[in-house]
Amino acid sequence: MRNIIAVAGVVIKELYRRKDFYVLFIVTVLICLVMGSVNIFNDDKIVRYLKELCLLLVWISSLVIAITTTARQIPAERENRTLLPLLAKPLSRLQLVLGKFFGCWFACGLTLLCFYVFFGALSASREHHWPLMNYFQAATLHWFALGIIVAMALLGSLVFAAPSSNSTICFVVVGGILLVGRHLDKVALPLPEPARSVLLAVYYAIPHLEFFDARDLIIHNWPLIHWQYFMLAIVYAVAYTAVFLTGASLVFRRQAVN
Amino acid sequence: MGLLLAALLVLSFGVAAKLQPQFIEWRGSRADGDMLKVLLGESSKLFANEFFVKADSYYHSGFYPGIFDNNEAFKTAHMAEDTGAVSSRNHGEEASFMGPPRNWIDAFGRHFLPDRHTHLDTGGASDDLSSSDEVREILPWLKLSTDLDPQNVQNYTVTAYWLRERMHKPDAAHEVLLEGLQENPGSCDILFELGRLYVESDHDTNRAVNVWNAAVRNWRPIEGSEDAVIANNFIYEKVTTQLGETACDAGHWQQGIDWFEKATLVSRTPEALQQLIAEARQQMPGSAFVPARAVR
Repeated sequence: MRNIIAVAGVVIKELYRRKDFYVLFIVTVLICLVMGSVNIFNDDKIVRYLKELCLLLVWISSLVIAITTTARQIPAERENRTLLPLLAKPLSRLQLVLGKFFGCWFACGLTLLCFYVFFGALSASREHHWPLMNYFQAATLHWFALGIIVAMALLGSLVFAAPSSNSTICFVVVGGILLVGRHLDKVALPLPEPARSVLLAVYYAIPHLEFFDARDLIIHNWPLIHWQYFMLAIVYAVAYTAVFLTGASLVFRRQAVN
Repeated sequence: MGLLLAALLVLSFGVAAKLQPQFIEWRGSRADGDMLKVLLGESSKLFANEFFVKADSYYHSGFYPGIFDNNEAFKTAHMAEDTGAVSSRNHGEEASFMGPPRNWIDAFGRHFLPDRHTHLDTGGASDDLSSSDEVREILPWLKLSTDLDPQNVQNYTVTAYWLRERMHKPDAAHEVLLEGLQENPGSCDILFELGRLYVESDHDTNRAVNVWNAAVRNWRPIEGSEDAVIANNFIYEKVTTQLGETACDAGHWQQGIDWFEKATLVSRTPEALQQLIAEARQQMPGSAFVPARAVR
């Protein structure tokens, strides 16, 4: 466990030394402040368009940070020739994969914390109330979705040749799931066989990341998600994360280190 | 070399000075200072429609069909339908466009989405009738849609209606409608809404009648898609009915009947108008039966 924490700590330190997060955070803040300064019929209570824009930027930024940070972890170790010395220490390949995963995931958690604090402050400045539990649910679901994505990108970094191709494929897959994942079964129904069965199989196999996108609920001030469904979504995320991590450790075990 | 450079600079300056006025007058010019038009050009109208739909989605607090859902009950934006100035093309049950859950993934996913049909003017997701002014949240999208497509008159009428009705800002609504008239001179829809504003907010019936008369003068029957014809006839019916009711309220029964008869010519529900005509005839002096109740 200490080895995993040590590897994770290095990943977190790497995140706050790099400029990605700062740039994305400042761009998000600037865009939101500029859009917030727009005068719409002299009504300073109009806020939902601003919440939507802010959350969209938070999602995009978090996906960029999660995928690009994860995709370069193991390839960078290999390129810098530090992978072999790392594994020569009493550190197993599984521990390295887990350390990288937890490092990236916790780093994403820290960035999400900053983003959601800004989002809360922005919406409170107009709405004058803090639905903290709603924000907690949305941020937690978002974080666990990033867990699945980080695990997926980690597996991709062991399968695909370069971090750039891995990042691109991850962006396409995650974007596709978020945009049409929920509707794939409807698209499949009118199709002829075997396309129909293939698409339905894809529908049931993919991790449904849209479960974790609670933006509409907090933008429009809907009540809390029932806690039992919230917890089930967390279990669902943990299961898919475990599947991808298992896949990553199996692939990594058979790979040459140098 | 220096001389050649100077000559080229003079030539460039001369050509620019010659072309600049023609470029400004050219209809395809994007140099009018509007950043969105410069970026999007004519495609801005496509985006404008998307933002209009987005406003209607906000009107439903996010409970809205996507391109994969059954949108029969959302063909006409509810925020426009509720103004009473737009003919509806909606059919079917608006609360159940998702249908029954198709499988466990679909059923589970619905717990993370807005799941009830509500309108912002009746409190939205909170069901709190006292917060009906939250309808303000649709305004940014309508404003954006207006900027992108100034020829879509529904943007002006819907914005003005909600500004006046729920946000109690008749002056802002008036400004929006005047801006709409500048962009769409003689638009019956905008003149109808302007007349309603004069009657309901300013209590100035004479001014409203003048505006509605202008709307009638500007109205022309159109040919085209069935929906366009129905919408065009609907606004004529609304204007003439309003003029008829106003005339009857003022005791000008024959004038009122004349307006109702004009409305009957284009109405899809002439029975209701025939009823109004019958009631007006009964109210006329010399009629055998005079009920105590007024026409309206």
